[in-house]
Amino acid sequence: MGQTITEKIFSDHVGHEVKAGEIIQCNIDMVIGNDITTPISIKAFEDSGVEKLANPDGFALVMDHFIPAKDIASANQAKISRDFAYKHNLKNYFDEKDMGIEHALLPEKGLVVPGDVIIGADSHTCTHGALGAFSTGMGSTDLSFAMITGGNWFKVPEAIKVVFTGKPGKHIYGKDLILEVIRLIGVDGALYKTLEFTGDTIAHLSMDDRFSLCNMAIEAGAKNGIVAVDDVTREFLADKDLARPSKEFYSDEDATYVQTLNIDVSKLDPVIAYPHLPSNGKSVTQAVTDDLEVDQVFIGSCTNGRLEDLRIAAKILDGKKVAQKTRLIITPATQKISLQAQKEGLVEIFINAGAVFSNPTCGACLGGYMGIIGKDERCVATTNRNFVGRMGDRSSEIYLANSAVAAASAITGKITDPR
Amino acid sequence: MNIINGKVWTFGDNIDTDLIIAARYLNTSDPKELAKYVMEDADPEFRSKIQKGDIIVAGENFGCGSSREHAPIALKAAGISAVVAKSFARIFYRNAFNMGLPIFELDESGEIKEGDIIKIDMDNGNIDSKNNVKSYKFSPIPEFMQELVSCGGLMNYAKKSK
Repeated sequence: MGQTITEKIFSDHVGHEVKAGEIIQCNIDMVIGNDITTPISIKAFEDSGVEKLANPDGFALVMDHFIPAKDIASANQAKISRDFAYKHNLKNYFDEKDMGIEHALLPEKGLVVPGDVIIGADSHTCTHGALGAFSTGMGSTDLSFAMITGGNWFKVPEAIKVVFTGKPGKHIYGKDLILEVIRLIGVDGALYKTLEFTGDTIAHLSMDDRFSLCNMAIEAGAKNGIVAVDDVTREFLADKDLARPSKEFYSDEDATYVQTLNIDVSKLDPVIAYPHLPSNGKSVTQAVTDDLEVDQVFIGSCTNGRLEDLRIAAKILDGKKVAQKTRLIITPATQKISLQAQKEGLVEIFINAGAVFSNPTCGACLGGYMGIIGKDERCVATTNRNFVGRMGDRSSEIYLANSAVAAASAITGKITDPR
Repeated sequence: MNIINGKVWTFGDNIDTDLIIAARYLNTSDPKELAKYVMEDADPEFRSKIQKGDIIVAGENFGCGSSREHAPIALKAAGISAVVAKSFARIFYRNAFNMGLPIFELDESGEIKEGDIIKIDMDNGNIDSKNNVKSYKFSPIPEFMQELVSCGGLMNYAKKSK
């Protein structure tokens, strides 16, 4: 029997052929921590008595959640990571000097590479699977174990094959594809498994769309999401100084899948996930019929805060105004994206329309800061989770959508079909 | 004998980590501080109702969402002695073991009622309910996980494997 990409990546790291279900230990190419999860790892690291990281250049510490510090406690918490970064002279330490949300920043820097095994103490670490790498979220203690040993243990996951066919219609993006997958299989439909995204649609998807697609694999309970390398991936990597040579793996035709999911993308409408689960997807047409007024629109996060999202939003907002009773907050995912948005005149469009354009941060997505929503307020967000209280008061509502739906809704003050 | 006795608090499916400990409290990793806000958005009264040793019984996909280890830390520090659920989200499952919070998968978790006093026998894989004649068998912990538990968690395992 053949192997899936994920099985091949693990086989390559272990040095012999492995199959789904096996528990293996292997080295990790990139270990990622952030300002809220790493302090627990640092404590465990220091308690262990180990003095040096097993692979210092394979550790990235990104200050993105509550940074610049939103309050005194966050500032004190950040200090733990800063002190550790300086003490260990970390090459891959990113704070206010070169900010970005970890899952947008690392690919931009060439620090995550096709064929890698990547872990991060952040559930959206699955984003990097868009590069044909194995990438998964873990807790702080698992991170610490990898900091000390350079590796960790994994159960090689079984895989679900998602076959997307057809060309996406107008304003159908990676976000709509993954919301459709989660609608079909549920928030635990891929529990412990790989979501392998395939089909002729993939060739039509930009890297930004693929990051968005893999980013929400965790929202179906998946261990990892993955897209095989193609010309789009190679072009994305071409101008980057890669941390390691890229290794391309492809699933064999006779690889084993526990389930196959076929989705005709050409028939898809933009998908809106209603509160309070990402699996509550409905067509935008339904949402328009439901006549849903919106207090806040948020465009940003590791799901949809990339340059293409800003371009899509700017095209819709150009010359328009945000509705009187609606707020629009736009948070670019990295400083590089922010600069490029300024160069292209996008920021001017946003501000003229009445939007707030912030620094890069995870901030509003997880109810941290920079866009908390109040009692009974409704928010359309390009983020990844619409759980109770995720972005603010526990009575508030989050509707997950793509950037075009979000921008169009900001103008009318109601959930709107951008087409 | 590894026995856990406690009073049950029930929750439904998909109890996510934002419900277990909201991100607004993640500006610290101090267990005592986190414990104050445990399950706040699921039940604002929860913290004041529970006593040390109580057990959470829930439905499918407990602990879905974020990778925050603050979730098992908050539960443990609040005095929760175990979580029984129909299924657990993957990252939470690892985190709970790594933190030393015992968790058990039980298909019939929905049959256990709030307020029941249950006895979890870890060695024999049994859960007995005081108010229910039925005894439940839970799925055994995978062998490798048992090894982790016997080492006293992942960090001790790391010391041994160095």
